[in-house]
Amino acid sequence: MEFLRPATWDEALAAKAEFPTALPISGGTDVMVEMNFDVHRPSAILDLNRITELRQWEITDGVVRLGASVPYARIINELSEPLPGLALAAHTVGSPQIRNRGGVGGNLGGASPAGDAHPALLAAGRDVFVEVASAARGTRLIAIDDFYVGVKRNSMEKDELILRVHIPVADGPQQFSKIGTRNAMVIAVCAFGFALHPKNGTVGTGIGSAAPTPRRAVAAEEFLQGVLAERGLWESGDLLGAEVIQQFGELVKAAASPIDDVRGTADYRRHSLAVMARRTLTWTWNDYSKQIRSAA
Amino acid sequence: MSTRTIAGQKNLQDIRTGSKDGIGGSPLRPDGTLKVKGEFAYSSDLWHEDMLWGMALRSPHPRANILSVDISEALKLPGVYAVLTHEDIPGTKFYGLEIQDQPALAIDKVRYHGEAIAIVAADHPETARRAVKKIKVEYEVLTPITTEEQCLNPEVYGYVHEPHEFKSHGSGNICHSQKLVHGGGVTDEIRALADVIVSGDYEVGMQDQAFLGPESGLAVPAEDGGMDLYVATQWLHVDRQQVAPVLGIPEEKLRLTLAGVGGAFGGREDLSMQIHACLLAQRTGKPVKIVYARDESFFGHVHRHPAKMYYEHGATRDGKLVYADARIVLDGGAYASASPAVVGNAASLGHGPYNIPNVRMEAIALYSNNPSCGAMRGFGAVQACFGYETQMDKLAAELGMDPVELRQLNAMAEGDSMPTGQVIDSPAPVAELLQRVKDMPLPPPLDLTNLDVRTLPGALSNTTHGEGVVRGIGYSVGIKNVGFSEGFDDYSTARVRLEVIGGEPVAMVHTAMAEVGQGGITVHAQIARTELGVEQVTIHPANTEVGSAGSTSASRQTYMTGGAVKYAAEAVAQALIAKGRKRYGWTHNDLSLNGGKVVSESAGVLVSMVDLLGDDAIDLTREHHHRPTVPFDKETGQGFGHVQYTFCANRAVVDVDVELGLVKVVELTAAQDVGKALNPLSVVGQIQGGCTQALGLAVMEEIIVKDGKVRNASFTDYLIPTILDVPPIPVDVLELPDPNAPYGLRGVGEAPTVSATPSIVAAIRAATGLALNRVPVRPEHLTGTL
Repeated sequence: MEFLRPATWDEALAAKAEFPTALPISGGTDVMVEMNFDVHRPSAILDLNRITELRQWEITDGVVRLGASVPYARIINELSEPLPGLALAAHTVGSPQIRNRGGVGGNLGGASPAGDAHPALLAAGRDVFVEVASAARGTRLIAIDDFYVGVKRNSMEKDELILRVHIPVADGPQQFSKIGTRNAMVIAVCAFGFALHPKNGTVGTGIGSAAPTPRRAVAAEEFLQGVLAERGLWESGDLLGAEVIQQFGELVKAAASPIDDVRGTADYRRHSLAVMARRTLTWTWNDYSKQIRSAA
Repeated sequence: MSTRTIAGQKNLQDIRTGSKDGIGGSPLRPDGTLKVKGEFAYSSDLWHEDMLWGMALRSPHPRANILSVDISEALKLPGVYAVLTHEDIPGTKFYGLEIQDQPALAIDKVRYHGEAIAIVAADHPETARRAVKKIKVEYEVLTPITTEEQCLNPEVYGYVHEPHEFKSHGSGNICHSQKLVHGGGVTDEIRALADVIVSGDYEVGMQDQAFLGPESGLAVPAEDGGMDLYVATQWLHVDRQQVAPVLGIPEEKLRLTLAGVGGAFGGREDLSMQIHACLLAQRTGKPVKIVYARDESFFGHVHRHPAKMYYEHGATRDGKLVYADARIVLDGGAYASASPAVVGNAASLGHGPYNIPNVRMEAIALYSNNPSCGAMRGFGAVQACFGYETQMDKLAAELGMDPVELRQLNAMAEGDSMPTGQVIDSPAPVAELLQRVKDMPLPPPLDLTNLDVRTLPGALSNTTHGEGVVRGIGYSVGIKNVGFSEGFDDYSTARVRLEVIGGEPVAMVHTAMAEVGQGGITVHAQIARTELGVEQVTIHPANTEVGSAGSTSASRQTYMTGGAVKYAAEAVAQALIAKGRKRYGWTHNDLSLNGGKVVSESAGVLVSMVDLLGDDAIDLTREHHHRPTVPFDKETGQGFGHVQYTFCANRAVVDVDVELGLVKVVELTAAQDVGKALNPLSVVGQIQGGCTQALGLAVMEEIIVKDGKVRNASFTDYLIPTILDVPPIPVDVLELPDPNAPYGLRGVGEAPTVSATPSIVAAIRAATGLALNRVPVRPEHLTGTL
């Protein structure tokens, strides 16, 4: 097994071009587990730990540019305000040790439907982009909606690496809920991310672990956007009403296509998605209402 | 209190107080800090120059005939030193704790998913792994025998062990069975005496010991043709007894030394890598180390028997139990392991700590193509307790009685008789333990104004901010035996040496006791300090140079090996005093050792131990045998079968998110009689640990087996409680001495694991109103989405 240890981003891209089957590693919280369990014996490992830009973030023009290796612990500590949904998701990742090592790049690279970051990224809006690069073609932005293409598959080319993720600074309340059968350090049975985007009058959803890929609940988003617009609720901040919340939950549930496995049944996943959808909508809307009323 | 000055310028009062680190004190364990800091040397850290790495090829099928095994490609791999199959075994090919029915390597067939077929030794673990992959096995895959229905109809579904090769006490696919009848048994006439009858079917899933240190050890061939084996185990001598015949060498040529053990809980009572490492070392003439990976560990040790149980109780209108009936079916899996003893416990303890005039019971263990099950903390009593305690709640509800009062009304006490006819001849404060947990203050109600999601079901997963959360409270009590039962003489040996080192009297304690985390070495040092009046005690590494210490299981080590240390130390003390009498002509009859001196109650300090010992050492070995027991009658279950009984009561307070089916145990209170707490801190730790393992069984821990295949052999999917799942566990310790036991002590480790699970489930029932007849309780059970 080759062990490649580039010092710079350009060297990393060159290495990936030369060894396209090389498996990138940063925190190692996923890669090492799979190697220990003999799931993968990659021909080469591409260690990205020397590349400093992967561990940096910045905010420009209302967008967080989050380095692929910024660990979850720093997302919680440093980015809870601009990225509240992702920070809540980060809280649910593994243990403190895992959160000190793992970052969003690993979730995206692995593209497991159970990755905790995915529902939060999907909910954060249509302007979330994964910035990838290759030595041959330079940088490109992949819209998050186009990123997940199959079970543990993303739309990257073999010679590409993830540099950072572009996530708009939150302009409204965001929430994230995850079901696990214990109270910490657990892989998602299913998860739901939700965000209000009052600036453009949209809402964002993200479903985890309940379909071959992380996915939006598009019909639920459209239904809710319609209600909010028709009833002038963005302006008034008035109560949504039980029927709307109920219907939203049902539409989120309908958007999932879960399976039965050792972690949970498909029925339970659908059921709990509806509950999480109702609750996260209620929490975010309550927060939004308070903001509107205190501003009025 | 007045004191007087005595020789040695120390007053008697001070000296009599003894060492603060003697028995009743709580000196810290020597391995604690090392383990927390990651510096403890576990068996997986063993290393030897020129050592090879061993690895096993395991069956992917739960039931198959092996048509051929081709090792030629594996042998060709550079760095591979040996590839062995059962054909290479020089001695006996079978082993087992009680029944030698398990082949050291599969012979012509495999009976469970993960059974070892061939073993490899190579110069690097990666080379060994590749070699294992190059072994070609041709299987004829057969339909596994996995359900009770299939097991009990072997003529239709087949035999796990063919009748001509069957070695156990049962027949067909029944490994072992035990019946019990007490009073008038259970007949229509007896049933007619009851005003109220409740019954139910209950189920306990397959729990794993889930110790953190995977199976590992190092076998080093010796020049005398023997073998030195360093291994993490629970019982060195029984390992030796099983391994030596397979190697074809006499037991005395196989020397075992305990390596650092990372938890056991019963899972190391059976052999794992011992025979394989020794066979490879014997063949290659080189040291061989084997360390299981985590997934292999789940295949490499036995689990807790899953159980299906039927219980029926009849009572009078005022709550007095009239009769109890039960049938407990335990799935023992492919090989016997400890199944017979587990059956004996389930049958004899399976009606709980209650006075029931008429009892019937049948417990059986099946052979199946599921993973083998054997010893795990609680051992047969855990499964039953979930059954009878659920019944007590059901009966209380039926009668409109308080569930604690119903239990207290029927609770057994000292002088009462077990359904086996054995009279309980030491304290059995069942009603008092229940009262104590009931009387403890309750935790404050959920405070939604000051919300911390970590305190709610789901915790940081952020699934509720109070929505759907309902609190419930549940109670339970359980009974467990201490020590090996049914006529087994599981004696312990201890050697104690006293000599002067560096101007101080120093005691050395040498036993073969496996320290698996229970704190035995700490207790041994405490006993030596108390009995010998010294401060300095060294613990000799545990090995087979000294006699057997029995198993670190059945809550027995402090009782048995602790007792042996006590008796050996007493003998050393008497020998030292005898030496003094001879030298100085003492005639006092009030002598003891204290503060490094020989002390007379009447005359004060007589001489320092340093002066009396001089250059001599006193070195004595003693065995401790508990009082004899007898096997239970096969049909009636009658007999003085158990050494000692132990009781624990619990109260669980839980918050359940009833919409999502998520549970947060808020508090788990325990009250337990320990006879005498030799190390109170360790006692509380044992009780809290036992409660935690019971919590795991209540709400999350289960090996999921489908058609004989293990589906979750990892800590990703076999979940054990984290610190956010473990609530505060207030512990109320009673010390009512057992006159039959050393220091009056009562084994501690298992009772809370038996009793705590049903209290948690009872609390979840109280919160949800659901019946919940199975553990672990999953979110699906609470939301109707199974």
